Amino acid sequence: MASVSMTVNGKSVSGDVEGRTLLVDFLRNDLRLTGTHVGCDTSQCGACVVHVNGNAIKACAMFAVEADGADVATIEGQANADGSLSVIQQAFQDHHGLQCGFCTPGMVMSAAALLKDNPKPSEVEIREYLEGNICRCTGYHNIVKAIMAASGQDVGAIAAE
Amino acid sequence: MPKDSGIGASTKRREDVRFLTGAGNYTDDINIHGQAYVHFLRADVAHATINNVDTSAAADMPGVLHIFTGADFEPIGGLPCGWQVTDKHGEPMQEPKHPVLAHGKIRHVGEPVCAVVAETYAQARDAAEAIVLDLTELPAVMDMKSAVAEGATKVHDDLTSNLCYDWGFVEENKAATDEAFTNAAHVTTLELVNNRLVANPMEPRVAVGDYSPADDMHTLHTTSQNPHVIRLLMGAFVLGIPEHKLRVVAPDVGGGFGTKIFHYAEEAFCTFAAKQLRRPVKWTSSRSEAFMSDAHGRDHVTKIELALDSDNNFTALRTETYANMGAYLSTFAPSVPTWLHGTLMAGNYKTPLIYVNVKAVFTNTVPVDAYRGAGRPEATFQLERVIDKAARELGVDPIALRRQNFVTQFPYATPVAVEYDTGDYEATMAKLEEIADMGGFAARRAESEAKGKLRGLGVNCYIEACGIAPSNLVGQLGARAGLYDAATVRVNATGSISVMVGAHSHGQGHETSFPQVISEMIGIPEDQIDIVHGDTSKIPFGMGTYGSRSLAVCGSAMVRAAEKVINKAKKIAAHLLEASDADIELKDGQFSVAGTDKSVAWGDVTLAAYVPHNYPLEDIEPGLEETAFYDPANFTYPAGAYACEVEVDPDTGKVTIERFSAADDFGNVINPMIVSGQVHGGIAQGIGQALLENCAYDEDGQLISASYMDYAMPRADDLPFYEVDHSCQTPCTHNPLGVKGCGEAGAIGSPPSIVNAVIDALQSGGKNVTHIDMPLTPARVWDAMNNA
Repeated sequence: MASVSMTVNGKSVSGDVEGRTLLVDFLRNDLRLTGTHVGCDTSQCGACVVHVNGNAIKACAMFAVEADGADVATIEGQANADGSLSVIQQAFQDHHGLQCGFCTPGMVMSAAALLKDNPKPSEVEIREYLEGNICRCTGYHNIVKAIMAASGQDVGAIAAE
Repeated sequence: MPKDSGIGASTKRREDVRFLTGAGNYTDDINIHGQAYVHFLRADVAHATINNVDTSAAADMPGVLHIFTGADFEPIGGLPCGWQVTDKHGEPMQEPKHPVLAHGKIRHVGEPVCAVVAETYAQARDAAEAIVLDLTELPAVMDMKSAVAEGATKVHDDLTSNLCYDWGFVEENKAATDEAFTNAAHVTTLELVNNRLVANPMEPRVAVGDYSPADDMHTLHTTSQNPHVIRLLMGAFVLGIPEHKLRVVAPDVGGGFGTKIFHYAEEAFCTFAAKQLRRPVKWTSSRSEAFMSDAHGRDHVTKIELALDSDNNFTALRTETYANMGAYLSTFAPSVPTWLHGTLMAGNYKTPLIYVNVKAVFTNTVPVDAYRGAGRPEATFQLERVIDKAARELGVDPIALRRQNFVTQFPYATPVAVEYDTGDYEATMAKLEEIADMGGFAARRAESEAKGKLRGLGVNCYIEACGIAPSNLVGQLGARAGLYDAATVRVNATGSISVMVGAHSHGQGHETSFPQVISEMIGIPEDQIDIVHGDTSKIPFGMGTYGSRSLAVCGSAMVRAAEKVINKAKKIAAHLLEASDADIELKDGQFSVAGTDKSVAWGDVTLAAYVPHNYPLEDIEPGLEETAFYDPANFTYPAGAYACEVEVDPDTGKVTIERFSAADDFGNVINPMIVSGQVHGGIAQGIGQALLENCAYDEDGQLISASYMDYAMPRADDLPFYEVDHSCQTPCTHNPLGVKGCGEAGAIGSPPSIVNAVIDALQSGGKNVTHIDMPLTPARVWDAMNNA
């Protein structure tokens, strides 16, 4: 067992983990931050995307010990300080960008990372960026639309949600 | 002007807030104090005799609590099948035993053989690796036609063959159908495969069993579309637990698409082991396990023939299908290729004679059962492909050929035993032509050709039977359960309402759309109404969510219960207003006496029901809560027309979807935003089937597409924006909301138009390609183009 300490959503946390413990399991099982999901075992689906030191990473592809000392952000920390939904979260609700909700935390975290680097992505750029996030419910139509709307683009001309 | 609340409003989903903030409560988020973890050792061969299972070394590993084997379950019932099909000779299907853990024989890769329960997941997995299985491998039964040949290796030694049933429908039509083919002016024949798929809800299955010895109470938390069905099947048929001692909870569920309907071994195991070990027992499927243990979908091999007269009228249709059941009968598997498939073969057309033959076959593969559409996509695909092929053979416009043969008079009794209540197939086709901008296709094709690409346009119609189903009818057809649904409307003293519904929401947005209905009926704000679902201890009963039935069946139960509530509330209002019941009207949350200005608010009436100081106690009971069970009078028949435009790269065979348009008739629509979302998702799964997805086995029965690195899930950059429309509405005539169901349409209606479009593109490029089996991967398309 090894001790790890990190900052998660602005709070200092620590714990004892096995060397093989994945960051996503540390978040879910030790910290009980169950908003980050596990949808596959080959780092393909993106349900576990979190931010580590500002970069979007798949928390199933990183050991907890590798995140020692890191600044981690998860879906639980994305809302505004007053509890209202962030711009991206609100856009997902406004444009029906989620159905079962299971892929949603990863989608929101990926979208946030995209918009940080590319504040006005095109439809094609959004679709390519989301290559590592699988959604089985929405057909991506309203996810792409929500991200375009969150970046301030007019989505009125796109087919109805 | 769009409405901003009630029926027809695109109310934003209230459930989104918890899902968007990480506050959902999925089954894997549930942890019970003291829980242990189970890992299943699964078969890595398709077919074998189990000579010995040696768990001795594994049992001594750190943290191991107990290791269960098939022998532990021998005295217990196996997993039941919920539907018995009768074959064309009037004999019942062959029904094999379905053990919780393999015993004596292994019959598919992924079958659970041992269950290791330990203090941690890692310990359970480590210990499973120390179990020694002594097996004698047997030849894998894979190809369906070989499986039913004389002398084939049998999947089940105690059955007479690998043929589950040989079903003829309608057997009395067979001779007349055959004669119509003899007299036909033209016959089009097509042999095709409906590819095996894996449903792949993003949340893998999870089960947490718990047991309280103090009151002998069993609780199962599980990823289910229908917790009452699991309670019924597992309690009555597997573990022998009476309903009042078994609670099944399906909390937030991360998608289902059919594969979470069924009762699975892992659910029974966790419930059983929790009692045996006096510890909560948790299982979380990995994605790899999901691929080899979630029931698969489709997997039909079909020959279809269409007969036409000299005026191009359809005169007869004849099919022969081999349907893969896999190694065991999953919960509803026998019904899918029969009653959910054969009954749909009339499609949108007035073909007078139809005969459907289905041979259901056991193989050494994962069981196959309902996946989004379930039988109806298979029916639609073959019918709409053969019509397109006929149009090409006859040199007529494929849309005109369809139009000419549309059913136009309703109700319409098909030759395959169902009666369409309403529809307007011309209206959806006309709407499709408009939204797909078919007039602009020639110019778009020219643009593609200028870039060196081939462009094709494909269309198809579809009809589905939803809202399953009248219980007396399905009983005659072999269902071992009723298919009604139930709802309780509980009005609280202050007028807020909790509605306990049997339907389960796992992406469909019931928590938002069901209150829209109640809000419309009573005239109080939607946020005064909450929906409760997914817990057998909280809701009256329910057969769950599948077959696009939630609103048509459970929504109807909810309306009936609300009507009872309103009738009682009117009596209370009449008392308060000193008027006759018959004169009371309810509008916008106010009860008033017709023709007067006397009124009393909803909240005052509900308060009187719970504080009955001034109340007609001699006539009615206090309180305001009513339950209704609703059994549908018929299926509902959503229908529509879909169009796909593709570009094919002739150098690589790669197909790109350039436009996709869907014109649906769902009857009345409660929340247009949610309905569009359902159609989008269905289309994406249909595109997945047509272009990308294929569940592949090798000849030894190894599953070679068991991860997202091998099974091509549609990703954002595989798909376009979709143009969807549901403004053509012919309301259902036999349910109170006039609704038909929208959950499966996209998956049913999209694959044929995609394949039709690719064939159109290739033929426009001078390639004599008449069919390619799905998925239309670049390799398959290139091969067809270059070897045609």
